[in-house]
Amino acid sequence: MKLLHRIFPHPHLTILLTLVWMLLANSPSLNSLVFGLILGIIIPFITQPYWPDRPKLRNWPMVVEYILVVLWDIVMANITVARIILFKRDADRQPNWICIPLELRTPEAITVLAGTITMTPGTVSCDLSAQGHNLLVHCLDAPDPEAVRDQIKQRYERRLKEIFE
Amino acid sequence: MEYIFEFLIAFFLIVSGIFGFVGSFGMIKLKDPMSRLHAPTKATTLGVGGVLIASILHSFLIEQHLSLHELLITLFLFLTAPITALFIAKWHIHRHEKPQDLPGAGEDELWATHAVEQVEDVPDHSTN
Repeated sequence: MKLLHRIFPHPHLTILLTLVWMLLANSPSLNSLVFGLILGIIIPFITQPYWPDRPKLRNWPMVVEYILVVLWDIVMANITVARIILFKRDADRQPNWICIPLELRTPEAITVLAGTITMTPGTVSCDLSAQGHNLLVHCLDAPDPEAVRDQIKQRYERRLKEIFE
Repeated sequence: MEYIFEFLIAFFLIVSGIFGFVGSFGMIKLKDPMSRLHAPTKATTLGVGGVLIASILHSFLIEQHLSLHELLITLFLFLTAPITALFIAKWHIHRHEKPQDLPGAGEDELWATHAVEQVEDVPDHSTN
């Protein structure tokens, strides 16, 4: 078991790399599967010393749920932002900075949260606080900053906390 | 049947075109630099996503073979777009925002961009 762990330090990364290679080759052949597997074994093995405390994903159904929620939110937020840009006068718009106190402590989880906030239109994550306990977010149009903060904490951070911690 | 497929593909192309246009239009209409930053992040999500879905549908429904490497474009965009946005935002905070103009950073007092020591040859904007 220990030897197996030595050879496959990140089993999920191995699967992901193989999958990415097969998508890149864009033909489901044995050839690309074997070469993908070789890459998937070599790359985690070589990069292992540089990523020692990798987080364990605890809740796989939650990962799927999180991805679906984010995709849905991206579509919905796109429509909202398009409406703001096209129909709202620039003077009526209220751009705002929001400080989000983080409960997450895993660096990877905070990275995913910041990326999610940027990719859902209308919000861009701009900075972390000095010790990494707060996230600075800029909103395109937020008359009610508290509501945006609660929504981000409720929809994304709660789920990420279940996935990573 | 072919007609419905083509209609579906055309629908996704039009959706992506509209959102790509709105993203570019936002760059012109919005006045402050931080708001402008919102426009490109939007063009990369639904704007690019629509073209990619249309491309997958076209190869699957019309050319009859499965092609999924469009998904990789989405994956790489989702990895890289937040990082460029963060770099631009941090540059803006570094050059144009003072600590007292931003909301407080809770118990940490300063945001990371302001917490670094001022380097000699960089003009100090916090005093004027």
